[in-house]
Amino acid sequence: MTLAVLSQALALVFDPYVLWVIVASAAFGLFVGAIPGLTATMATALLVPVTFFMPPVPAIASIVTATAMAIFAGDIPSCLLRMPGTPASAAYTDEAYAMTKKGQGEMALGAGLIFSVMGGLFGTAVLIAAAPALAEVALKFSSFEYFWLVILGLSSAVFLAIGDPLKGVVSLLLGLLVSAVGLDNPAAFPRFTFGNAELAGGFTLIPIMIGMFAVSEILRNVANMDQPWEMAQSKIGNVFTGMWTLTKRYPVQILRGSTLGTAIGALPGAGADIAAWMSYAISKKFSKEREKFGTGHVEGIVEAGASNNSALAGAWIPALVFGIPGDSITAIVIGVLYIKGLNPGPTVFMEKAPEMYAIFIVFILANLLMIPLGVAAIKGAKQLLRAPREVLMPVILLFCIVGSFAINNSIFGVVLMLAFGIVAYLMEENGFPVAPAILGMVLGAMLEENFISSMIKADGRLLGFFERPIAAGLGALTLAVFAWPLARAWLLPERTSR
Amino acid sequence: MKFNDALIGAALVALGAVVLWHIQGFPPMLGQKYGPAWFPGLIAVGLVICGSLLIFGRLRAASPQPLAALPEWVRRPRAAAAVASVIGGLLFYIFAADALGFHITASLLLLVWARLLRAPWALALPVAISATLVIHLSFYKLLKIPLPWGVFERFAF
Repeated sequence: MTLAVLSQALALVFDPYVLWVIVASAAFGLFVGAIPGLTATMATALLVPVTFFMPPVPAIASIVTATAMAIFAGDIPSCLLRMPGTPASAAYTDEAYAMTKKGQGEMALGAGLIFSVMGGLFGTAVLIAAAPALAEVALKFSSFEYFWLVILGLSSAVFLAIGDPLKGVVSLLLGLLVSAVGLDNPAAFPRFTFGNAELAGGFTLIPIMIGMFAVSEILRNVANMDQPWEMAQSKIGNVFTGMWTLTKRYPVQILRGSTLGTAIGALPGAGADIAAWMSYAISKKFSKEREKFGTGHVEGIVEAGASNNSALAGAWIPALVFGIPGDSITAIVIGVLYIKGLNPGPTVFMEKAPEMYAIFIVFILANLLMIPLGVAAIKGAKQLLRAPREVLMPVILLFCIVGSFAINNSIFGVVLMLAFGIVAYLMEENGFPVAPAILGMVLGAMLEENFISSMIKADGRLLGFFERPIAAGLGALTLAVFAWPLARAWLLPERTSR
Repeated sequence: MKFNDALIGAALVALGAVVLWHIQGFPPMLGQKYGPAWFPGLIAVGLVICGSLLIFGRLRAASPQPLAALPEWVRRPRAAAAVASVIGGLLFYIFAADALGFHITASLLLLVWARLLRAPWALALPVAISATLVIHLSFYKLLKIPLPWGVFERFAF
């Protein structure tokens, strides 16, 4: 990176409009994250229609900021209501709530905030260091390597998630089937379009994602709205008390959580929620005070809190370098990158260097901004959690309608949103995870294209897929992911299903 | 709504079979083994296999599972009405928005939804109107999204 690029990137970020977008998205992210049932992924899906009309840097900045804030803010209702604000907090919700019950609510919230920031900054540092370096290597990648990367992403989404892998595979296959619709295949033959012109270009993914991540969640919310939320503690004191002591007591945990989180995030297909589950489990497995876990012990929160925020940044590594999403959030982001002309791929770091470094700067900024805004959100938690859900849900729903419509200015978007919203709701009810389906939709075309061109190059020999060293390594890593359900039984003995 | 795994499995097998039957009509690619039918064919085979595994897994399992079970909120009238209104309201929007226009449809839906979720009139009414107005100003005016005017076409602003 040259000084010229850096100054260009700084100029892109420190523009009053961009800074305004960052602060507004931060507030939006904190709000969405803190309300149980509204997730970081949903925040991203809802932001897309708005980012449509922004220049590239503020568009991406809004998503980066909102998701970072939302993943932290998910800890707030964990502590106060025993309800995770986002799935990434679910791993340690019971622990955080138990701490609040013991009168240590400040410490639980403070740990969530401070170690989220540390994890986020760690992940960002790795992103800044690794992405451009990886891009250099990726320039030499052929269809074999891309094929394996896609397979690795899809397998991680299925096998690393908590739940029945068979149901994950079904979800993935359904997503791939959706991706097969339309002309976007090597033969450019209109598959499954049934003469419908709207389908010739394939399904538009943004309305589908709004449906699967927002509408399905709203359906679940309105069904359970009559149960009031009980806050375990309403006055919150100084959340910074004791944080320095915790940092000194748990340096290994912070580092381990951040490292694992970044790695899981960077692994295509697995994101913050999986990272938090794994880190919490590892923290417990290797803790000197294992018996205290579950009774309101801060150690696991420190490690998993750092982990889920570092995963967020890590997920951008494969998304930017290969165009392969690291989690459901970046699955949406990739669509935005294409719309904004920042087509992901190894060359983006040369062709759009200022924009890429601007994104990195936004990551740092967002994580630093998390401290003052996070404290404000914690202080205002009482008001935040009293937000009238009975009008909030309708307004979000209307926003979903307009967002789905706005992508193609077509009512068909609303139809897709509703249909896939109901499908996602039914899938989750029956234990089928939604994330593999989303990944299948995003990666289907890439999978088919790289498989077919590899098969042609290898002349139909499957061994050809293992002949190049990096391809073989990625292939081996994929096979290792397949074995994960066995390792999980050892790591998480008491939790084999959700 | 929870369905029996065997039932879901059967549906997946059926879906896979329909796809396999449908792709028979796809043309081959000249001089190549892998035409447009190849990838969906592979997915369909996967669906048939996974569907069968779900069926067999269910048949082998000792504990019984009902064919279909309604979620518990169905028995709470208010919750059931809220869920039905979300789906019904979205359908209403899809069919009525062009004729009635965005503004009427949206504020009407907001009002019905908020009331069903027990918002008092004093909250539901101002929110319905102001949220519609905010979306009009931001999406229609600022972002130039052609939201339909419907019956208000003459008064478009």
